[in-house]
Amino acid sequence: MSTVGATVPMADMTASQPAAERRARRRMLPLVAPAVGVLLVWMIVPLVLTLWFSVQRYNLLNPALHGFAGIENYQYLVTDPDFWASLVNTLVLVGAVLVVTVGGGTLLAVLFDQPFAGKGIARVLAISPFFVMPTVSALVWKNLMLHPIYGIAGFLWRLVGLSPVDWFATFPLASVIAIVSWEWLPFALLILLTAVQSLDHSQIEAARLDGASFVQQFRYIMLPHLSRAISVVIMIETIFLLTVFAEIFVTTSGGPGNATTNLAFLIYARALLQFDVGGASAGGMVAIVLANIVAFFLVRSIGRRMDI
Amino acid sequence: MKISLRRIAMGAVATTAIGCATTTAHADATITIATVNNGDMVIMQGLSDRFEQSHPGIHLRWVVLEENTLRQRLTTDIATDAGQFDVLTIGNYDAPIWAKQGWLSPLDMPASYDVGDLLKPVRDGLTYKGQLYGLPFYAESAMTYYRSDLFRKAGLTMPAQPTYAEVRGFADRLTDKAHGIYGMCLRGKPGWGLNMATVTSMVHAFGGQWFDTAWRAQIDTPSWRQAVGYYVDILQKDGPPGATSNGFNENLALFAGGHCAMWIDATVAAGSLYDKKSSSVADSVAFAPMPTGSFTGGPTWLWSWNLAIPRTSHNQEAAKQFVAWATSKQYVQLVAQQKGWVAVPPGTRASTYASPEYKQAAPFAGFVVAAIDSSNPNGQTKAPRPATGAQFVAIPEFQGIGTQVGQIVASALAGQTSVEQALRRSQSVTDRTMRQAGYSASGAPSP
Amino acid sequence: MQQSRLKRVLILLAGWCVALLLFFPILWMVLTSFKTEIAAISTPPLLFFRPTLSAYAAVQAQSNYLHFALNSIVISVGGTVVALLLSIPAAYAMAFHPTRRTRGTLLWMLSTKMLPPVGVLVPIYLLFKTSGLLDTRIGLLGIYALMNLPITVWMLFTFFREMPHDILEAGRMDGAGTWGEVWHLLLPLTMPGVASTGLLSLILCWNEAFWSLNVTSVNAAPLTAFIASFSSPEGLFFAKLSAASTMAVAPILVFGWFSQRQLVRGLTFGAVK
Repeated sequence: MSTVGATVPMADMTASQPAAERRARRRMLPLVAPAVGVLLVWMIVPLVLTLWFSVQRYNLLNPALHGFAGIENYQYLVTDPDFWASLVNTLVLVGAVLVVTVGGGTLLAVLFDQPFAGKGIARVLAISPFFVMPTVSALVWKNLMLHPIYGIAGFLWRLVGLSPVDWFATFPLASVIAIVSWEWLPFALLILLTAVQSLDHSQIEAARLDGASFVQQFRYIMLPHLSRAISVVIMIETIFLLTVFAEIFVTTSGGPGNATTNLAFLIYARALLQFDVGGASAGGMVAIVLANIVAFFLVRSIGRRMDI
Repeated sequence: MKISLRRIAMGAVATTAIGCATTTAHADATITIATVNNGDMVIMQGLSDRFEQSHPGIHLRWVVLEENTLRQRLTTDIATDAGQFDVLTIGNYDAPIWAKQGWLSPLDMPASYDVGDLLKPVRDGLTYKGQLYGLPFYAESAMTYYRSDLFRKAGLTMPAQPTYAEVRGFADRLTDKAHGIYGMCLRGKPGWGLNMATVTSMVHAFGGQWFDTAWRAQIDTPSWRQAVGYYVDILQKDGPPGATSNGFNENLALFAGGHCAMWIDATVAAGSLYDKKSSSVADSVAFAPMPTGSFTGGPTWLWSWNLAIPRTSHNQEAAKQFVAWATSKQYVQLVAQQKGWVAVPPGTRASTYASPEYKQAAPFAGFVVAAIDSSNPNGQTKAPRPATGAQFVAIPEFQGIGTQVGQIVASALAGQTSVEQALRRSQSVTDRTMRQAGYSASGAPSP
Repeated sequence: MQQSRLKRVLILLAGWCVALLLFFPILWMVLTSFKTEIAAISTPPLLFFRPTLSAYAAVQAQSNYLHFALNSIVISVGGTVVALLLSIPAAYAMAFHPTRRTRGTLLWMLSTKMLPPVGVLVPIYLLFKTSGLLDTRIGLLGIYALMNLPITVWMLFTFFREMPHDILEAGRMDGAGTWGEVWHLLLPLTMPGVASTGLLSLILCWNEAFWSLNVTSVNAAPLTAFIASFSSPEGLFFAKLSAASTMAVAPILVFGWFSQRQLVRGLTFGAVK
């Protein structure tokens, strides 16, 4: 595989003459247009409607209350303490899950690269959580694992003589992070494992003979080799982690207080608990801005490493 | 596959019926029924082929969802006039509000249906401007469940009408954490219909209320501090671990598993607690009315699940036939025959409570009907209030407010904030939402 | 020698411990689904018990599993196929004939995935209502295709970019048009990559739980809606919940087990190499 090198002449293509580029663009337009076109419609139509609703008084349950609201919905949003908490929670959730899954995934990838009996089956078991739907994982963790009375965790706690912990009340955000990490760790493992396996093992062998410690081998040979795979993991996971919803909805409903309310859940609460479409749309617009900021940083830091 | 097979079979029955007796030619109608996944509704779904047999030409399709998902689904659908459903399952909180929006069809029932047989507080809750908009499927008030064996062992007696102070003393005596016995189980899971149902009803008993007559929030007040203080304190000292994730179902499971000495919650739990198949404490469960506080006679607790028909339905007549069937006396008889008297939907009809078989099968029946009769949802709180509702406030904004305040109360219960702080925050959150919704200080909504 | 054997035993233990730990919640869910409701909430939890199918029977009596499963299959497969059909030409153009805008377009596509869907629920619901797409398989299928489009375009792009240009050049010399080039040269060569993109999209469609709940009611309701009717009913529900969950997860899990080699092979080929 490694002979099919990453030698695509990206740089010279983009730097080529404008005329050639124009020609290429004309020729390629029919190919790109359908995908970009439908996505644009899918994006623009709701966007315009959302923008429109965000400056309206529009509550599904109170049709009597309507009309132009100006920036009122935004005012109520930014002066809502839950809003700022939700931004912080969103970022903490994304950051923490990334750290856990990338860190854990790298270690596990190295582990699963070693030969041991039954490795194939062990690997299949380890990546299984990725295939489980988020609603189900949340339900299983909430009711069967972390439930303070019936859950396995409570049982283990009692076994060693501790009184069981009510995880979702005492460590709400950490519990949600744990569930989401459980779902995404296998994904990181899968991607990083393929990267580790494509590593030229003779290089490590050589380093080992030169007396490099395991940590050194890891730091100077493994990590640089993995950097692109890690970027892929960060990229894809960030996309999904920004909109984590089912796990929160099922376990904590954003609480206690606002401890686990992320932006997606806040918008949900506005839209489908208060049926305040105007307020929810204002939240939606903020989410769009946030997504673009995050996308910008992803481009700056990661996109480049993946030479998109 | 089962459904389609049944449908084919029904189709065959229908054609033969029309072929034999050329009476009323039924137009084929398929109605979509949206309902919650509660036990009584599951029974209704199971028995619904009886309806299809007796009403050839009407086919039923079911959408069964968990309560919150169902409510959001129905509201989006109705508010946008999408018309996906023909029969809705809604609460007595929703019914008058939706009727006011003009979303529901009025229900004029024939004399044979016997509207007068429906319990009055329940019927009143579904009436808007003198017109009935929903038919009750089952209704509940609240009462105190306790374990007679544990009381006996501790030498305690439950008074005929306990007070919150007495109950507190019992809970302290009965809690035995080492053996997994918790003195008091109460709802802690945040939500307007979850922990706030319990809290609102306590607040009323302690002499408080949500709003004054000018729609100003009355949360940061001594009565709320007393009520929420009591609630947080008793659950923290005598409650099960994980109280903030316990709603009705979770507490039912705890009580049925023998973990609670007392539990104050909806009367509808009595049926399953009394059933040996689903409860390990069936022999020792006993009942008492809801405790009282400093203000008696105010609104306590009344909830009903009702069937209603949206204006957008294209099958009004067929839908009405189903709704009438599922809430009729005959349906109660049918459940009694098929599943036993203890499983009949409670709280709706006087005739159910007059039946000697029911009284015998369900010794709690008297408590339930008494609790419903005294639930007083339209009554006054200690100080006058602007809206009705027993364990909720009957305005559209309450769902949002109740859930937000519920979250804050849960954070106090989890020990993350003090009761003082929680109530201050709840007060400001509520005022904000009311301002945003256009309730001016002068009284009525401004638009 | 001594040390290396010790090391090997440690690796064996560590590998299996990690695997079992990660798998345990799923295993426990399956075990619980074979218990009675009373056994499911017994404390301490029972590891050994007399298995029963009563929870499965209760679940099936209440809702028709096959109807939901069939919808899940049709909608997930359909959504994936449509997404692939749209993204293959786009990714081809971007990979082999990039312009200055390619990078921007690609990242814009990805950024559309970062929006919480609930923010646009009401607009989409209104659109679906006017176009009669509510509770139709085709409507949900369309949403899924669009939802996954950014991911599939991006993944295919990374796969295609790994292809040496000269192979396609050679094809072009032979007079193959653009379509011929894609169909006869590019796709056969990048099949593992295309397959793993499809697999990923399939998994994401199967597990999506927001749109599937909100724009369907009966006809098009997939397994995520099936789960929603068991998530917290009245009474004891752990065994029934576990049974319903097992039924909802089993097809995609088994499918995932069998296709994971393919997934890995595809990923090795492109994105992460």
